[in-house]
Amino acid sequence: MSRKRLAVLGAGAVGGSVVELAAEYGHDVVAFADSSSAVVDADGLDAAAVLDRKETEGVVGDGDPDDALAAEYDVLVEATPTTLGDAEPGISHVEAALARDRDVVLANKGPVAERYADVRALERGSDGRVLFEATVGGAIPVLSTLADYGPAHVTAARGILNGTANFILSRMTTEGLGYEHVLAEAQDLGVAEADPAFDVEGTDAALKCVILANVLSEARAEDPADAREFTLDDASVEGIKEIPGSALELAGEGGRTVRLIGEATPDGVRVGPRLVPKNGSLAVGGTRNVVQLEHVHCGQLNLSGRGAGGPETAAAVLADVGRLS
Amino acid sequence: MSDPAELDASEVDREGGELDPVETDGVAVEHDEAEARQETDGGERPKPHTIRLELIDEPGQLLNALQPIADNGGNLLSIFHERGNITPRGRIPVEVDLECPPDRFPAIVDALREEGINVIQADAERYGEELELLLIGHLVDTDLSDTLSRIEESTTASLADFSLSAPEGSDEVSSARVRLATRSNGAESALETVREIAAEKDLMVIEPLTEGSA
Repeated sequence: MSRKRLAVLGAGAVGGSVVELAAEYGHDVVAFADSSSAVVDADGLDAAAVLDRKETEGVVGDGDPDDALAAEYDVLVEATPTTLGDAEPGISHVEAALARDRDVVLANKGPVAERYADVRALERGSDGRVLFEATVGGAIPVLSTLADYGPAHVTAARGILNGTANFILSRMTTEGLGYEHVLAEAQDLGVAEADPAFDVEGTDAALKCVILANVLSEARAEDPADAREFTLDDASVEGIKEIPGSALELAGEGGRTVRLIGEATPDGVRVGPRLVPKNGSLAVGGTRNVVQLEHVHCGQLNLSGRGAGGPETAAAVLADVGRLS
Repeated sequence: MSDPAELDASEVDREGGELDPVETDGVAVEHDEAEARQETDGGERPKPHTIRLELIDEPGQLLNALQPIADNGGNLLSIFHERGNITPRGRIPVEVDLECPPDRFPAIVDALREEGINVIQADAERYGEELELLLIGHLVDTDLSDTLSRIEESTTASLADFSLSAPEGSDEVSSARVRLATRSNGAESALETVREIAAEKDLMVIEPLTEGSA
């Protein structure tokens, strides 16, 4: 595996962890930017010093964010916050890297969920590649498994792709507590954000399913450029806020439980609370995620693990970097 | 093997046991037809059926469940009382094998249901699929019995089990668990109907995840 020079955009939990862990994986971070600042060092950054400065001063360096994009790097790691609609500025970052024939590794879901066809078109016009393992299921190797086993042989991908919603539902079920109570607890624990809408309304899970549907659809098109493209608007999405504790209790009577399940097929995306067997492979507890691939030759493949978190997601990003030989 | 007469002959031979297997011409076919006619004319032969029940764990429940079978012309072949396999709700699954003329079978199932016995399955073909779902919303205000009867009327499904939970009182949001028994391949159309009725009454439906069919 060759040593890569990384430019990391985004200094949240994921971007920060990539900077922290890159050396451990044999790579150098030569540029790092958050939304207002940047630091560039062709010899490789001092990760500890940069992260300390971000922590104490709120900036990563004295440079302009665009400096990182202009630096001499091999792989652009795009870990800025996911944006809906036009997926900016993520998509522009992807475009800038591909225009220079550099590779891109995405942790930001926006470009591949909202503008998949554009990303692929840009990639076709470049010597650079785009990988995005980290966008679906955090640490869980969903997309690389899909790629290895052939997305054309996978008829559906379904599972639990949001740890916050899963934590709330599983805790409501086991403790018999109401939604508001468990949400407050999740916020105290740092499992849910102050504004939990993105998670509990199913948007986050839907974005991941949209990405999966795009991959499944593309694998079936004769010409990838003609593949049916999915965006969040194409997904049917229902959240978990309206589910009372009594419903979870009733589900248990029948040996089942309720989970926020996302389903992706080459023809569509659906996210909503569903009844699943209480002891089945999809009824994971806590913040765990699980993805079940329906494969024509293998039957069901279940992949589960941590679906979020800085080091977890950074490990998926760095696995992608390793795939870019 | 592709000669239809030969296939007929071997079938008759298997059932009757008296035909010469070499006899593969019209004689065997005629015999077969004659036998079929005879069955229809003289009342059909009893056929085996399997019914799965869930009984409450109380004295006399098994007897209550068997009485309607006998009353309606069913001949019990075996009873498997699965005491070791109690359901999460404390019910005992019972599998009953019986024999009766085909036309009496629906009457037996109806009689069991009238007695309030929970029939989970009555022959694999007849109620091949089960559909369990949750309904959430103002179930009582939106006329629960109307909801349930419309589900039964407009689908091939029958209500196999139902429970309601309204911890906040009937004016607040309540939940119901509904189990429908449908004919094979009838689950999807039943679900479609439930969705329509729920949308009309502003109820939330939590559907089962059907693995392998997505």
